[in-house]
Amino acid sequence: MPTPAPLTRDFRGTVHGLSRDIMTGWLTRLKEATSNGALSAYIMISGNCVEILRCFDILPVFPEINALQLAIRKNSLPYIIKSEEIGYASDNCAYVKADVGYTLCGGVGAGGNMPKPTMIVCNFVGCNVYIKWFEHCSNMFKVPMVMLDIPFSREQSPSKEDIRYVITQLQELITACENLTGKKFDIDRLRSILRESARAERGWTRCKHLCKNRPAPFDAYFDSINMMGPINALRGTREAADFFDAAVAEYERMVADGIGVLDEERFRIVIEGPPPYPAYRSFRNLFETWRAVAVQSTYSTVGGTWEFGFQHDPDRPLESIAEQMILHNLCNRTMLQRYQQIRSYIEDWSADALVIHSIKSCRLFSAGQGDMREHFTKDLGVPTLMVESDLEDPRYYAEAQMKNRIDAFFEALQYKRIRKEKSDAQKAGS
Amino acid sequence: MTVEEIVAHCRELLDLLPAQALERARQLHPHIGGFGVFPVYAPLEIIHAAGLMPVGLFGAGGKIELSHAESRFQSFICSIAKSTLELFLRRDMDAFTGVVFSSICDVARNLASIVKRNAPGLYVEYLHLPQNLYSAGSAAYTRAEFERFRTNLSNHLGRQITDESISRSLDLYNKVRRLTKALYDLRRKHGGAIACADLYAVVQAGTRMMPEDFALLLEDLFHQVSSRKVRPRDGAKVVLEGAFCEQPPLGLIEVIEAAGCIIKDDDLVIGWRLFPEDVPLNGDPVGALADAYLSSNVYTSVRHDRDRPRTEGLMRRIAYAGAEAVVFAPAKFCEPALLDYVLFRLRLEEASVPHLKVEFEEKMWTFESVRTEVETFAESMLFD
Repeated sequence: MPTPAPLTRDFRGTVHGLSRDIMTGWLTRLKEATSNGALSAYIMISGNCVEILRCFDILPVFPEINALQLAIRKNSLPYIIKSEEIGYASDNCAYVKADVGYTLCGGVGAGGNMPKPTMIVCNFVGCNVYIKWFEHCSNMFKVPMVMLDIPFSREQSPSKEDIRYVITQLQELITACENLTGKKFDIDRLRSILRESARAERGWTRCKHLCKNRPAPFDAYFDSINMMGPINALRGTREAADFFDAAVAEYERMVADGIGVLDEERFRIVIEGPPPYPAYRSFRNLFETWRAVAVQSTYSTVGGTWEFGFQHDPDRPLESIAEQMILHNLCNRTMLQRYQQIRSYIEDWSADALVIHSIKSCRLFSAGQGDMREHFTKDLGVPTLMVESDLEDPRYYAEAQMKNRIDAFFEALQYKRIRKEKSDAQKAGS
Repeated sequence: MTVEEIVAHCRELLDLLPAQALERARQLHPHIGGFGVFPVYAPLEIIHAAGLMPVGLFGAGGKIELSHAESRFQSFICSIAKSTLELFLRRDMDAFTGVVFSSICDVARNLASIVKRNAPGLYVEYLHLPQNLYSAGSAAYTRAEFERFRTNLSNHLGRQITDESISRSLDLYNKVRRLTKALYDLRRKHGGAIACADLYAVVQAGTRMMPEDFALLLEDLFHQVSSRKVRPRDGAKVVLEGAFCEQPPLGLIEVIEAAGCIIKDDDLVIGWRLFPEDVPLNGDPVGALADAYLSSNVYTSVRHDRDRPRTEGLMRRIAYAGAEAVVFAPAKFCEPALLDYVLFRLRLEEASVPHLKVEFEEKMWTFESVRTEVETFAESMLFD
């Protein structure tokens, strides 16, 4: 069966443009902060509490976003190598290595693109590497690190002790912010920021649910990156909430007009795991060639699993921030909860198959994905493809091998579908 | 038993799989149940107070073929995770009452889920040990986490785990830790008193014995070793660092010693000897255990300590041990150890302390290249 002709479509539509504009605005503020003395704090994406920093006008800086931007612009490798020269192992997370290498090469601070942080807020939400990464940053910058230890999800719901522990730490973070900025904490300001967060979260949820339509108006893996920046880094701002209002309007219009992200939607898939940023476009092409659209993805929920109903609550500000950090993001949930999440995606978003992109850098995502494949293929009968590369290190992306595996998978899927159609037609005729 | 016989007995225990070790313990304690403890730390006293034997689950040490686990875990995952899973997939752990994992790393966390799915009848517990030791909420949280463990285990077993029984177990484990520390002190002060490989075999074997029996063995060993006439050995005095979770093959430690290093201190099986002082026995035993966890100044790569950075912990360990160099022995693919190596290395270079890194994995059976590396390293210091 020949591989279909590749698409040449440009996906940089309205939503992409809006996202680029507001993210560029934020990056410009980061650049300006390298010289204007604005206060800034390092914080990680998953289950973050960016609203508290915003409440004190502390500029949030996300080293993960720095790392992914280096990779997507194909600039990560020299920085990774720089880090390996000082002792990082080839087996260490390449996000860390790219970010540290970038810092060592002068990318952070005066003359760079990112400000040297005034404080480091380690939101330990699932990923243990976060702690190490920020210990290293704290060591490099000689900047104090505030630890937010978020108990991992290990019972049906978090205990009152879990919630109390997190709220106490959030209050300690607030005190640290007060000391840093000299400003008094204003809970009404936090409430109004959380109102904007909730508005953005409603928009995010609506967009995600629109992908239940056939055809889906956007690719919930590759295009979600346009929405992940605003929801995770800019959450709590009016511009982020407005962005989601605009995205909803655009995607609702597409659904109403029966317009999909591709000219034809032949396969609906769910993708698990982060993308290979160094080969983002070519990886996407391998799926689009088969007119395969990701109608849901787990990676897009590292910051929050809002599509399942959670929103920040301005009437319970610290409580709802704590709940978001503990319970409502992918990273702080167990593998078995992730299996449930994917199963819901397969069933409720009417997907044909699951694609697991296993990456070496992030063991939080990848360790044990072979068991996931086993569960979905053998227990649930979901066609599942598992491919391996990395989200940051281009040395682990083998284009030809990747293409072979993906083509073979979709050929088999297509063949299975043709056989089923024939069999159904025969049954109808007899 | 003589020292040699004690060490041989311990080495023999290490040759067994966890279920076989449990079977061996049942010769002395016929009805004892087993409870697997994945590294690094778990409140052993609560398990023991429940009438169970805590059994260290350090993988299978290359003793079994990985027939199924290789398909569940990718090639870049550490061997302890794979062989531990294989034990469950082979149903080798069926005789155990349960197993506990904790928040040491991303792999261990996912492993807990995968074991739970693949061993449906088994009681699997997961502890989130605190990474913030200094919050006003840390003590209450840690106590609640240990209390949750007690309640869940008690519900699973259908019997109470009383404060009194936990206090008795605390007393016993205090004794085990005290004697272990005394042996470590002896080795530190008198290099030839007991080889690192022998002490390592004994301490690890202790994770496969009832603490009652282990305390007696340690007592016997301590008395014999402390009265030994020691002839100091010449060699490079080193601290061994990085093997806090997956444990290196005994052969690796033997080779490091044979190649010219005198290991003055190490972090082998560190989770089982985490408390340098006795845990107080008066009052609330679960609270005392929680406080001991928070206040312990023994650093590990899996616990963030804002006020006592690991790098300074290593420097203190080197000074206290009277060592002149560090041999890093991280397990292959161990992210916490490999990330910590960078900061350790920078700190050591700042202080002009020589260091060498040798990675290990379970399947390692030949140590010749390590021998050459360590010999060169040791000689470079001895003849400097």
